[in-house]
Amino acid sequence: MSSLMNWIDERFPLTKVWKEHLSEYYAPKNFNSWYFFGSLALLVLVLQIVTGIWLAMSYKPDAKLAFDSVEYIMRDVEWGWLIRYMHSTGASAFFLVVYLHMFRGLLYGSYRKPRELLWILGVVIYLAMMATAFFGYLLPWGQMSYWGAQVIVNLFAAVPYVGPDLAVWVRGDFVISDVTLNRFFAFHFLLPFILVALVFLHIVALHKVGSNNPDGVEIKKGPKGNRWSDTAPADGIPFHPYYTVKDIFGVGVFLILFAAVLFFAPEMGGLFLEHPNFTPADPLTTPEHIAPVWYFTPYYAMLRAVPPMFGSQFPGVVVMFAAIAVFFILPWLDRSPVKSIRYKGPLFKFWIALFAISFVVLAWLGMQPATDLLTNLARLFTVVYFLFFLLMPWYSKIDKTKPVPERVTD
Amino acid sequence: MSNEGVDKGRRRLLIGATTAMGAVGAAYVAVPFIKSMSPSAKARAAGAPVEADISKLEPGQRITVEWRGQPIWLVSRTEQNLSDLETLRDTLADPDSEVPQQPDYCKNATRSIKPGVMVAIGICTHLGCSPTYRPDAGAEDLGGAEWKGGFFCPCHGSKFDLAGRVYKGVPAPTNLVIPPHKYLSDTVILVGEDGEAA
Repeated sequence: MSSLMNWIDERFPLTKVWKEHLSEYYAPKNFNSWYFFGSLALLVLVLQIVTGIWLAMSYKPDAKLAFDSVEYIMRDVEWGWLIRYMHSTGASAFFLVVYLHMFRGLLYGSYRKPRELLWILGVVIYLAMMATAFFGYLLPWGQMSYWGAQVIVNLFAAVPYVGPDLAVWVRGDFVISDVTLNRFFAFHFLLPFILVALVFLHIVALHKVGSNNPDGVEIKKGPKGNRWSDTAPADGIPFHPYYTVKDIFGVGVFLILFAAVLFFAPEMGGLFLEHPNFTPADPLTTPEHIAPVWYFTPYYAMLRAVPPMFGSQFPGVVVMFAAIAVFFILPWLDRSPVKSIRYKGPLFKFWIALFAISFVVLAWLGMQPATDLLTNLARLFTVVYFLFFLLMPWYSKIDKTKPVPERVTD
Repeated sequence: MSNEGVDKGRRRLLIGATTAMGAVGAAYVAVPFIKSMSPSAKARAAGAPVEADISKLEPGQRITVEWRGQPIWLVSRTEQNLSDLETLRDTLADPDSEVPQQPDYCKNATRSIKPGVMVAIGICTHLGCSPTYRPDAGAEDLGGAEWKGGFFCPCHGSKFDLAGRVYKGVPAPTNLVIPPHKYLSDTVILVGEDGEAA
């Protein structure tokens, strides 16, 4: 066995990689439950790719055949219903897990120096995920697929001057059509592999700077020497077996919850699979009420909240994309001397609570039909959402922080 | 390999020139890939004009035909509708159709060739949903007595009058688009072509 390993190690750094990234990668010993979501996101990504490839074996990306091929998967393909529900539930689970993963980053200041690039790569992953989900949602070719894509592609048409031509180019036609469906399928197949590459880069960046932790203490700057090594950080423990075992426990809990949704509420009352999508796409009739799937609704609420200016709805589109782009500059907005919420003051706690509330309320508003009252509410919470970021340089600086301990706490 | 006697300026120039040529080549190769995503000849051909027969259209009714995959509405307006159009001016965002959302021959009070017949693309100018036809004047959910009939977009609540003009304070920024069209006879309209230079 060892001679085989030697043969491999002379040709490929297998043992070296194993040690550097698992058995001798020292992660802070004080991770809590928030730290499950990174590995869970990876699990769901793999689940989506595997189920996606199996769905592609029976799915037909053709406007005449697509809707029926999904029903064929649901009714006639052996276990097709399970694989399809795994994929549709997996999409929602992916976003849920990633939103919690991102919120963990906000709580413990994981975006702060030296983890800016790690954070930025994460935001790029989030964008790629949203693009993948958007392309994928057209594929069942139901009413919501069709009209949702119509609304989002028309966002491009709002760009001044080049907009209408750009929208035609994206669709490959004057309306959402068979051509659009075919290319969205190609992109939906491609993007997950780009996601895998981005996740690889995310982990490379993580292992360069090391994990943050709930105390926001840099264990690499602390004392050295633990049970396994004299040079490793004293507050670090080997990722394998300690965190691999912890993460496998997290996977167990997650799969129980996932299976419960999968078997008992795969549509989640219209939240994960919207009711109008059980009707085939009809270009001449818009459903009564259009709403994207829940994970896009906060941004959709913002889009609707902004009134047209100068005879153009472009400002709404800008606000919607700015709501995501603002994450890119977050590392430079936080001027607090401490990273973790444990040592931050009341001002930060107040604003992050407001931010979380505004995100959830906007998500709810994005699902509701537009009325004057709800539109005004959406305007209010859009402002709150942005103020969390834009006022951060100010409130994070004057906030009354607590002293950070030298070592991580238990 | 020794770097002695190397003309570094010359080497930089050669590297720069080679890189620039490579970039130009890459840009040219990108063209077919970008162009390939534009509408195909088939999709462009499907954008050909369509004929609509309005001989059976009763006053107050609407029919829908398809042109370029979009719904085209043909509405027969009643005398009451036409007099109502005049009273709405103050509630509209662009009552005189200043924004070019129509051919020049339709830039008039009724946004049409014949006052009694409305022709419009039934796609909301906000985000492309197809509004619902609501000719029921006085509808409670659309403002009661102020509602003189028109179109209501279920997606984001935009309202248009029976000339496709957008109301103030709704998400849609502009009036509905009037497609190029012409009358082949009293009761047949050709949508998509108007005999003028495109």
